[in-house]
Amino acid sequence: MELKPGSRWKSAVCTAEAVVVRPPKTPGDLQCGGHPMVPLAAEKPAGLTAAADMSGGVAVGKRYFDEESGMEVLASKPGTGSLALDGRPLQLREAKALPSSD
Amino acid sequence: MHTSLLLDMTADVLPDRTILGSLDGGLCFSDLAAQVRAGGAWLKAKGGDNIVFIGVNGPALPTILFGAGAVGMPFVPLNYRLPDVDLRKLLARTAPAVAVVDDDMLARVEGVEGVNLVSRSAFAAACADPGNHPGELPEHDADIAVLLFTSGTTGDPKAAVLRHRHLTSYVISSVEFMGSEEEEAALISVPPYHIAGISAILTGIYGGRRLVYLDAFTPEAWVDLAVKEKISHAMVVPTMLGRVLDVLEKRGQALPHLRALSYGGGPMPHPVIERALQMLPHVDFVNAYGLTETSSTVAVLGPEDHRIAIASDDPVIRRRLTSVGQPLPTLELEIRGPDGEALGPGQHGEVYVRGDQVAGEYLHRKAIQDDGWFATNDGGWLDEHGYLYVEGRLDDVIVRGGENISPGEIEDVLRDHPAVMDVAVLGLPDREWGERVAAVIVANGERPSTDDLAALVKSKLRSTKTPETWEFRDALPYNETGKLLRRVLRAELTKTD
Repeated sequence: MELKPGSRWKSAVCTAEAVVVRPPKTPGDLQCGGHPMVPLAAEKPAGLTAAADMSGGVAVGKRYFDEESGMEVLASKPGTGSLALDGRPLQLREAKALPSSD
Repeated sequence: MHTSLLLDMTADVLPDRTILGSLDGGLCFSDLAAQVRAGGAWLKAKGGDNIVFIGVNGPALPTILFGAGAVGMPFVPLNYRLPDVDLRKLLARTAPAVAVVDDDMLARVEGVEGVNLVSRSAFAAACADPGNHPGELPEHDADIAVLLFTSGTTGDPKAAVLRHRHLTSYVISSVEFMGSEEEEAALISVPPYHIAGISAILTGIYGGRRLVYLDAFTPEAWVDLAVKEKISHAMVVPTMLGRVLDVLEKRGQALPHLRALSYGGGPMPHPVIERALQMLPHVDFVNAYGLTETSSTVAVLGPEDHRIAIASDDPVIRRRLTSVGQPLPTLELEIRGPDGEALGPGQHGEVYVRGDQVAGEYLHRKAIQDDGWFATNDGGWLDEHGYLYVEGRLDDVIVRGGENISPGEIEDVLRDHPAVMDVAVLGLPDREWGERVAAVIVANGERPSTDDLAALVKSKLRSTKTPETWEFRDALPYNETGKLLRRVLRAELTKTD
């Protein structure tokens, strides 16, 4: 799985979609609900369901990151699965709100 | 990540929210997204590599910007205020291109080779025509989102390259997705060919804040529109703010819906911001510093900073009103000396930045270092609390008898004098010293004595930095994005020598 910056992925188990903001330093598998995500344009494998411990949900517009590899994604569509890299659950990036400057 | 995804995400979540134009009859997100697809597909079918825009501000801007992004073509807004010959020269550099041009400006740019002209009215009709509306646009791999020509004060304008990843990185790291409340509205009066005009669109859309355009700035029109459209947020350049305050004072009017006013583009005269804080106590003021090459803002002085500074008797805290605040937490900022060494607090040098939003690139020329650092060509220093003071372009540095003198430092001192409303310091040719220091003052009421002003500079800085030539003017020349036109002053003062 080549997690290039800007590449877009969709969940195999729910409606979630994500775009890679920062790639991992070493190759890895981006997962949702415990299953590898698939390229946006690809066909979804049928019949998969989210693992019980990977069903925390994905919120649209939130950024999720993996400390170990430095990878960061932006959720572009919400879903019921939760995101992980090689089985490590991604953490929510708590962004400090900046005063509006534009 | 492409800029078009910013709009797709918001249109998915809040399809019915009014996002563009008037509360009454503006476009909602899903209508805007449909127009973007139709307009983008229509422009792409015209052929060319770039999508150019020549015209006044207006709701067509977001449509073209996102339309260009959606079909993978760079968006190139040009400055319609340029003389025809310069405008045509820039337009020729965009060929092969399709250009959306205001109907009454078409004649100015006809016959440029390789450029297919379409009128703004034809573009608007195409956007609204469902026949142009493709179901899904094909995926593309385009990289360049926007080309912005610099103002070219020191030669031919350069085309700054902003890639999708730089702009989206700035947006998603500095704005909360759909973080705006439904009643929020931003008034955009900065020109479309300026980075602030681009970032206002992207951050407004991603945050879900309605965008209202003023096609040409006058302070009366700005105030009228702000009242009518219940504007909550706006960005102005310093000269605009002073003129807006004049109108409010004259009319005895307030701006009850205004919550936040950001400013940037050049140094804010001290009396203007103090007056603004007094007249509009309910408004959050934000000073933003950024460059085209950095996808807009890299440092901000926030509302709390303003309130603390204005209420403080400590000169170190109070002078923060003249700073541009602290660097964004998402990037690195350093002051470096002439040999590239990092400098400590209080030391003057060049401002360097590094981060995902920093593009630092011109067409056919990379200006960013291999390790990602970008030299801004702005002089500045950081205080011991990390507040950044910007002293202007290093090109403007005065070299007097071998000593480098920064005009900004002298201007800051003079601006603190109660009788000084605005000031410009520049170097003039000098037979003895190579250059000598000149100050052009706009008085706040009665003219101060130049002996007093000279004594002030001497006491705060040193005698070599004390202006030897003094001039008074009713106003200083600024361009419409708030940049002081030092070269205009220099030409005037050199002529009268």
